Amino acid sequence: MTPVKLILGMGSCGLAAGASGIWTKLNILKQSGTIDCEISSTGCIGMCYMEPLLEVLDERGSVIYGRVDEQRLNEIIESHILKGEILKDYVVKSGFMPAAEDSFFSSQKRIVLRNCGLIDPENIDEYITRGGYEALMHIAREKVLPDQIIDEIIASGMRGRGGGGFPSGMKWRITRDSDSPVKYLVCNADEGDPGAFMDRSIIESDPHSVIEGMIIAAYAIGAHIGVIYCRAEYPLAVKRLKGAIDQARERGFLGSNIAGISDFCFSLEVKEGAGAFVCGEETALIASVEGRRGMPRRKPPFPSESGLWGGPTSINNVETFTNVPWIILNGSGAFSSIGTAGSKGTKVFALTGKIRRGGLAEVPMGITINEIINGPGGGIKDGHKFKAVQLGGPSGGCLPASLGDVPIDYESLKSTGAIMGSGGMVVMDETTCMVDVARFFLDFTCHESCGKCTFCRLGTKRMLEILERICEGKGNDGDIELLEDLAHEIISSSLCGLGQTAPNPVLTTIRYFRNEYESHIKEKHCLTGVCTRLLKYSILPDKCTGCTICARECPVSAISGEKKKTHVIDQNLCTKCGACFNKCPFKAIDRR
Amino acid sequence: MSRPGKNVHIKRADHGQPDPGLINDLLQKSAGIRGSLIPLLQGTQEIYGYLPSNVISVISDRTGYSVSTIYGVASFYSQFRFHPVGKYMVRVCHGTACHVQNANAIEQALQGELKIDDGCTTDDNLFTLETVACLGCCSLAPVMMIGEKTYGNLTPEAAVKVIRSIRRMEGGTV
Repeated sequence: MTPVKLILGMGSCGLAAGASGIWTKLNILKQSGTIDCEISSTGCIGMCYMEPLLEVLDERGSVIYGRVDEQRLNEIIESHILKGEILKDYVVKSGFMPAAEDSFFSSQKRIVLRNCGLIDPENIDEYITRGGYEALMHIAREKVLPDQIIDEIIASGMRGRGGGGFPSGMKWRITRDSDSPVKYLVCNADEGDPGAFMDRSIIESDPHSVIEGMIIAAYAIGAHIGVIYCRAEYPLAVKRLKGAIDQARERGFLGSNIAGISDFCFSLEVKEGAGAFVCGEETALIASVEGRRGMPRRKPPFPSESGLWGGPTSINNVETFTNVPWIILNGSGAFSSIGTAGSKGTKVFALTGKIRRGGLAEVPMGITINEIINGPGGGIKDGHKFKAVQLGGPSGGCLPASLGDVPIDYESLKSTGAIMGSGGMVVMDETTCMVDVARFFLDFTCHESCGKCTFCRLGTKRMLEILERICEGKGNDGDIELLEDLAHEIISSSLCGLGQTAPNPVLTTIRYFRNEYESHIKEKHCLTGVCTRLLKYSILPDKCTGCTICARECPVSAISGEKKKTHVIDQNLCTKCGACFNKCPFKAIDRR
Repeated sequence: MSRPGKNVHIKRADHGQPDPGLINDLLQKSAGIRGSLIPLLQGTQEIYGYLPSNVISVISDRTGYSVSTIYGVASFYSQFRFHPVGKYMVRVCHGTACHVQNANAIEQALQGELKIDDGCTTDDNLFTLETVACLGCCSLAPVMMIGEKTYGNLTPEAAVKVIRSIRRMEGGTV
């Protein structure tokens, strides 16, 4: 039972978990002759919580081992690779036997992630073997007309996966219908939402699916120039994209007379962002590609009519493009049969936070929040309780556990005050302070506001100051109302999505967790202990031995007492740094 | 992607000013290409580790963009820096997932170990500490990145350990 192939997960999460060390080790073992089989790498299969993942392929099929460190690798080599004995305890997924993490995949429907973690992203042949570029070849072979492609995408009901949810086919139609001879196609890979990493993962694991989607879109709308605007914080994604573009060009999928379609030329280049969240907004993105400050402008005209260099430009998200080849091959009917009336297809979610299985899960639209958290997510970590989930990043909202049965579709989420957004899902348990979370997001949007609109620039700053005050125990009566007031002004007076959605995390946390705001303001108490300034430290007389350690550790000399006698903390001097709490050998410091 | 400080030490021409001649190739490559200012600045920063003011003047002369336009663009994006950085760029992620997993404690531990604030460089020019919005490794939160290497599932102690091991590698005292 000699293995034929070893495949190591080398996406960003795999690398961060130590895959490069395992990779080196595997290669040394191969050179020394200890193992005698092909070694290859792949992207992310979505089980980031189990990285590094090593897949062993032999005549029986595939076995994926999780959390492979050097010691585990030695065991796997000793047992599976040399003797053919599978180490069941470490198996997370297998092609031929039940495995520990099967439930991670059970409620998933993988369209976008169809190749992720299964192919070598740096090898175009592996993509082609799994049906890659077949959609493009089908269009060429069957002489499918651009209008027919657009009709198909419209019929599929796919809506933009970047957050807005505008029907993708309609965008293409507007650009196609423009008279302008020069049109552009842009892929928005400026995934800036903290807590979202699906686009990075798709690009790192399956870059050709994005490129094929773009080629088909370019043919449909009549664009000859394409740009992928990718975050510079994603060096591996940029590298893989550039490599994949070169390969596609060599095979004749980019360039002129693509796939034998006469007169169809399309070139693609990668533009690296330079670190500005607002550039995820279409018009700001265009300004940035043009080499200017990434500030949004007024719409209309929409980019579909007048975008990059003034030409009609269709801008779609990574996930949207990845869906395109699948829809062409399987038909719009197959796509629209998945999901709900208004939200078709699947959505990839990045599960993070206090969840047992953090990673990427692709689920059909319409399943509930609870189904995702308890299904692929595996429930809450460390036996804690599900308290809230933040959807849609800084533009979205925090939903309480009581809304866990809300179905994931554009309309249902909107009615709760959250948004679908790009698909970040940060799960929180009872140890998370919701006021602190709101403060965190405001800090982010305030920092990322481009400064063009006064209400966004100054309003977010004022809201942040109020939230900071509340977290420090200096909140006043009326602060909640003031926050709500400001929020509505910012929403109504901002030009772009950043300002219009910046107050959402505050509004939703006030709506669902008002009691936490009130206890911060009225009782100067943080239920979770996260807001350290609201903590009160005191010394328990029955436990204090008078060892004087705390008095010596206190940086502001707030603790006094004689040797071998109970010490006291002067609350007026205490800065709540926690040094005494951490140093006391007798656990005599009480914190509440 | 900036690779700060990679070659900073060799970039001094006369009077301690960086040698602007190093960007000649970049300037030639981007000549006449629309929208090439940001890639040009990114390339410049990759060479020097930051955007030296005398090099910005040269870019202005050669491209026709006014110095104020260049500063306007560069200061808009968080990627660009106007001061030299340490050999190792320590970037602590403060994304949502990292935040709820206590990224603050990591930040504080690093500040304590390096004895610098956010955005500053250690006296020996070895480390620059920077907080970033999200590195996209949320499932391994809390995370930091040093150079191009990502460290996940951190604790304050583990973060300090990484710094100390780099210091040892560099032959310094811990």
